[in-house]
Order: sequence, then C-alpha cells, then structure tokens
Amino acid sequence: MHEELKNIWKNFFNWVLGNGPRPENEVIPPDPPPDLPFTQKPQDKYSRFHEATIKERYEQWLEIHGLHIFSILYSGLSILTCVVIVCLLLATVAELPPFGHERNPANNEVIRRYVEHGGHETGAQNIVAGLILDYRAFDTFGESAVLFTAAVSVLMILGASRRNKLNKSPSLKSETTSRNFLQRGPPSLDEPILRGVASLSIPAILMMGCVVVINGHLTPGGGFSGGAILSTALILASNAYGPERVHEFYNERTFIVSSSTALMIYALSKGYSFFTGANHFHSIIPKGTIGNIFSAGLILPLNICVGLIVAGTLYTFYSLFSKGDL
Amino acid sequence: MINIFAFNIPFASIFLLMITAIVTPLLPKKNRFNEKFSCCVIGLVAILSAYLLYALTNGGQSLAFNFSMGHFPAPWGNELRAGPLEAILALFFCVAMLLSLTGNFSSTAEDIAPNRRQIFCVLVNLLMASLLALTYTNDLFTAYVFIEINTIAACAIVAVKEGAGTTRAAIRYLIMSLVGSGLVMIAICLLYDLTGHLLMQNMHGAIQVLMVTKEYTMPLTVALALITVGLGIKSALYPFASWLPDAHGTSTNASSAILSGLVLKGHIFTIIKIFYRVFGLDVIHYLRMDTAIFIFGLVAMIMGSVHALRQTNIKRMIAWSSVAQVGYIFLGVGLNTVAGVAAACLHIIIHACVKPMLFTAAGGLSAVAGHKKNLHELMGTFYINRWAGLGLIAGAFSMMGIPAFAGFASKLSLTMASFDHPFIVWSLATLATSSVLNALYYVPAVIVVLTKNKNAQNKITAPEPTTLYKFSMFVFLSLNFYLGLFCMPLLRLITRGVNVLQ
Repeated sequence: MHEELKNIWKNFFNWVLGNGPRPENEVIPPDPPPDLPFTQKPQDKYSRFHEATIKERYEQWLEIHGLHIFSILYSGLSILTCVVIVCLLLATVAELPPFGHERNPANNEVIRRYVEHGGHETGAQNIVAGLILDYRAFDTFGESAVLFTAAVSVLMILGASRRNKLNKSPSLKSETTSRNFLQRGPPSLDEPILRGVASLSIPAILMMGCVVVINGHLTPGGGFSGGAILSTALILASNAYGPERVHEFYNERTFIVSSSTALMIYALSKGYSFFTGANHFHSIIPKGTIGNIFSAGLILPLNICVGLIVAGTLYTFYSLFSKGDL
Repeated sequence: MINIFAFNIPFASIFLLMITAIVTPLLPKKNRFNEKFSCCVIGLVAILSAYLLYALTNGGQSLAFNFSMGHFPAPWGNELRAGPLEAILALFFCVAMLLSLTGNFSSTAEDIAPNRRQIFCVLVNLLMASLLALTYTNDLFTAYVFIEINTIAACAIVAVKEGAGTTRAAIRYLIMSLVGSGLVMIAICLLYDLTGHLLMQNMHGAIQVLMVTKEYTMPLTVALALITVGLGIKSALYPFASWLPDAHGTSTNASSAILSGLVLKGHIFTIIKIFYRVFGLDVIHYLRMDTAIFIFGLVAMIMGSVHALRQTNIKRMIAWSSVAQVGYIFLGVGLNTVAGVAAACLHIIIHACVKPMLFTAAGGLSAVAGHKKNLHELMGTFYINRWAGLGLIAGAFSMMGIPAFAGFASKLSLTMASFDHPFIVWSLATLATSSVLNALYYVPAVIVVLTKNKNAQNKITAPEPTTLYKFSMFVFLSLNFYLGLFCMPLLRLITRGVNVLQ
C-alpha cells in the first residue's frame, strides 16, 4: 500500500514536471542551434529602438497590433454590413403586400386552378402532392437531382479517399476511430436500453415512413417527409447495433444503385409524360379514382422514388460525416 | 412552323444528359468507358443543338417556341423556351465542354484517382444538364433548382483533385456560392409575392402593371438588386470574385476549363434572361440597375487585370484574367441596348471557347515542365509541346484583342455597341486600358514560353502529347480563328436571337 502510494505520487510528480511517458505519436521539436559567440551573432534589427526609422517602427507596431486591429475592424464591418442588410430587408418586407389578404397578387388564376381543379386533373387527393409531382414535376426532378448530386459529391470527397488512406496506413485507422466524436462510448455492446428501445421502435418507424411515402397522394406527406422518417430508422439502427450491421445490407454500392435506379425511373416515366404532354400525344397513364391507393397516375411511384433517394441521402450524410464511411 | 424533331430537342438534350449522369455510376469503369460515353453524349447534344439552331433560323426567319413540360400549360406547369440565342449558347456550351474534356483527357487521369473519376463524370454531366436547363428554362423557380445543381457540382469538381489547396478552395467557393444562392432565393420569394407568378413572361406582365401604378417600387428594386448580386457572386463579378483564383487555379485542368469557360457563363446568361424576360429593359433602366452593372463591369475589367499582373502562377494568372473578361460581359449587359447585350452574348461565346483553350494549353505546358506552374519554370516549353504553346499564344493574342483572333471580334462589337451610349468615353477608355493591361501580363508569359532554355541538361523528357490533345487543340485553334475572322454572321444571328428574347 505504502509502495503504491509512493508510486502514484512519483507519477504525479513526473506528470507535473512533464516527465511522464510520451505518447507514441508525439512530435519532438529539433534542438535549437547552439548559440553563436557574441561577435558572430546576427544583429537584432530592433535592439536599438531609438535608431529605428519611422517605417521600421510602423512595421514593428503593425506586427504587434496588426492582427488585433484587423480582427476588430473585420468584425465591426461584418456587424455593420449585417445590420444594414437586415434593416434593408425588414424595410422591404414591411412594404410587401399584407399577409393573407385576398387581393394579393399571389391569389390569382394559378392558385385558383390548383385548388379548384387540382383533384380531378391530377387524381391526387393531396393537392400539394399533385402540385409538386404532376403540375411542376420538372422542378421536383431537379430537387431530387440536387440531393443525388450532393450525396455523390460527399461520397466522393469523404468516402473513397479516406478509405484508400486507411488501407494504406493502419495507424491512421486507429486514429480515425478514436476521433469518432459522435459515437459516445463503445458502440452497441453495453447499451441495453438503446438496443431495447431500438428493437421496439425501428419497425414502427419503418412502418410510419412507408405509410407516409405510399399515402403521399392521399394524405399530407410524400417522398421527402417519408424518406426523412425512413432515414431516421437507419440512423437509429446504426447507433444501436453498430454501423457494421447496417453496412451488411446498406453500403455504398446499395446507395448508388438504389438512388440511381430511383432517379432513373423518375426520369424515364416523367420524361414520357413530358414528351406526350408537350406534343399533345395520348398518354397511357391512368388517373384512377380519387381517394384510392392506386390513383393519381405517376404520383405514387414517383413518391416511392423520391423517398428512396431522400432516405439514402440523409443516411449517407450521417454515416459519412460521423464515421467517414458508408 | 418548326418541325416536331427540332421541337423536342431542348427537352431531349436536358434529359439525355441527366439520364447519362444518373446511369454513369452503374456503367463499367474499365478502360474509362464511362468517360468516353459521356463525351459521346455531349457530342450528340452538340449536334442536336446545331440542328435546332438551323431549324430556328432557317431561311432568314427567327423563331422561338415554348415547350410545356407535361400535360398542363404554362402558368400551371413548367415550361422551356428555345430561340436562336438559346440554341447558339447551347451549341457552344456543348462544344466547349466536349473540348475541355477531350483536351484534358490524359491530365484528368493523372490528377484524379480512378474511383473518383467515375463521380467526376457524373458531376460533369449534371453540370452540363444544369447549364442547358438554365439556358432553356422559362420559369424562375426551375432556374433556381438548376442553379443549385450547378453550384454543388461546380464545387465538387474543384474538390475532385485531392489536396489541401483544392479542399480549401472548394470550401471557399461553396460558402460564397451559397451566399449567392440564398440571395437569389430571397429575391425569387419577393418577386413571387409581388407578381404572383414564376413564369417569366407573366412576371413581366405583372411588373409592367406595377410600374404603371407605381406600387411596390422599393421591394422590386431590392429584389432586382439581390438577384443581381446573388448571380454576380456566382459569375465572379469583381468585388465578389475573391473565390475564383483559388477555385480555378488549384483544380485539375479540365475543372478549371469547365468552371472558367462555362459555369460562370450559365449564371451570366440567367442574369440576361431575368433582365430581358422578367423585368424588361425599360424597368431595368428606371431602377438604375444598368448603370450599377456598367460601373461594376468597368471596375472588374481593370481590377481583374491588375490582380492578374501580380501573379506568378500561370493558372492563377489565367483565372484572374477571367475576372476581367467577366467585366467585359457585364459592360455589355450594362449598356442596356440590344447591341450591347448581343455583344455581351458574343463575348460569352468567345470566352467560352478561348478560356478552356488557355487552361488546356497551360496544363500541357506545365506537364512538360514537370507539373510546375510558375511562369519562370515554363521557359522554353513551347519547343517541347508545340500544340500547347500555340494554344497559349493564340489564347493570349485573343485576350489582348489582336485582329484575326477571337477576342478582337467581341472587343470590336462591344466598342461598336457603346457608340450610342451616354457613357461612351468611360467605356472606350476602360476597354483600351484593359487591353493594355491584358497585354502587360500575357506578353511576358508568351515570351517566357518562347525563350529557349539555355541549361538544357536538366531538360525533362516529357511524354509526347496524345492525339486527342492535338486534335482538341486543333479544334480550339480553328474555332478561335473562325470566331475572329467570321464573327459577323454569328453576331447577326445573336442579334436576331436577342430581338426575339423579349
């Protein structure tokens, strides 16, 4: 006991003095070069302050205070710019047509047709779904492509290069895993509460997501919101059971193939619809009866496509930013 | 009336490129099949655009048509619009993109890892599709969506080359570009609130009514200013161009060529469309935005060149020169006349052909100097890679505005356009000053490249430029001379296109 206390004290003493065991990857700075004899010493420029010219004094002053003054100026100007822009925008908003007034310019024939004829023209009970996936389906195609672009860009920047480096040097691998800041404590093994709750809630979340996606043309929701719900199930599973388990059924290849296929189905089916619409050809896509699950033409399959893309993109972002791999 | 084949070309070009982008990750990577496939598709779209141009201007007429995307007519559904100007721009964008890719085919392989090249290919296709969508769209919100695709893809093709410099440049570019997107978004919301439409000609009608009743002038001015500044940031208008030299100077040669030649131009053409089709020239003049743009253009022409003078890295020098050239385009837009905008569009096309050539040439020269990019290290490289040397010399002469080279044509048309404008003195003086400044930094570069290197023992045995490189450079050079010598028919076509733009 006495020996052990002594040992602890010694360790503590060494730690205070900085003589403790060095970490393996510590960089030891090289020793400074030995001092030259006084006669050979290079003359210090500012040692004789009274002889310095104004320019030298200014440079010296700038070296000491420059950064400080710059940061003050920078933040001051930033605040000033922001205040000016905020005032300008607030003044603009105050001049806009009053909110919800019936004679506003936005309440025109465009909105009227969406509201009055949206149902039987698109076959969708949910007017918003009919608006974004039938009237203005090209914009929604662009939005899905934005997500796809962002996901493949992040995959390219974080995924491939990091993995290559990891394969090359195992030391970097341990460092990367230890820097895994989003993952508190060891993953999965000793978190019975998380795993228990996850096993109960993941099926429910998946079910909820599917319902929101599939009923997108009948009730509020659709591909974007349902896809976000689906991705939370994947993220929860990755946290509770470890990313390796999710990796078994959802990896980089699955993501690329599912998003590409979904976007492809969107592009081809909607391309057909655009082509027939613009050339006034007859389209073979049936509208169905409003309120049925199989109705509203292409909206149901398009919602499923968008849902797949959104779920995949959100999980990819989470996975790449938290552990650098998918 | 236009035939049904040409009628479907705008829609078909956008969808062909989108589908190629989507299918590229599933294609085999072996033997760079996917990259060759993308080049073929872009070439096909170029041929289609050329046919569309022929169909629209056949027999002295200038047609324009609307293509509704889907079964619902325009204010309810989305719509594309194609006229001669859109077809010309689509054609030259495709040609410049194709040549940027083929000219840098081997340098792309050196700079980018194979698994990244596949996604690079996806991004290039998405970029091209978004450029065409920006060119053809008739709907402000569709324009915004494709500006987003354009932004993300453009930042990603900077970061595709691994390295600290490119990552930093890409992040800087992303932040600046997103500020621009945010401003454009706010402006579109304001405009929608004031007009109740997103379709360009309906917005135009509503704004004309507001101008007569003198209502909401202040929000309209703010919206116009926000949209101009937002797109100005993305198209590197001078005070907002600080991101450009890093992004264009550090990325791989193909990315630099694409970014400088095409991505900036897509946003500038969006500004022109918004000025013409949403606001109308008289409203722009009433709200004084033309004068503001004109002054920004003048400042950019001088300051871009002044910054370029201080560079020692050849790619950064060419990148800063882009800032000056963007100033020329904004000068033309700021003249606010049909002739001015036509000259600006001509300069868009000429710069889209010359700047990729300069970047490709600079890449070729620095490759034979052992991938060094400082000017003094490129001494005598002309004699090792003569095609690249010729490209650099022709590009430099073009940027200075030597007659018979492409840049001369656009400078001439800008000068002609400014003759019936009150600010003629300013415009002519700045054009002259800027040309001299251009010469001050391009001539030394040409002299260095042409000077024989005396200490030949450390000469690097460089690989012979590939046939594809020589071919691309040959096409670039012939385009350069074609545009320089025979630009008048093209300018007439553009003027007809601008006339039917309204």
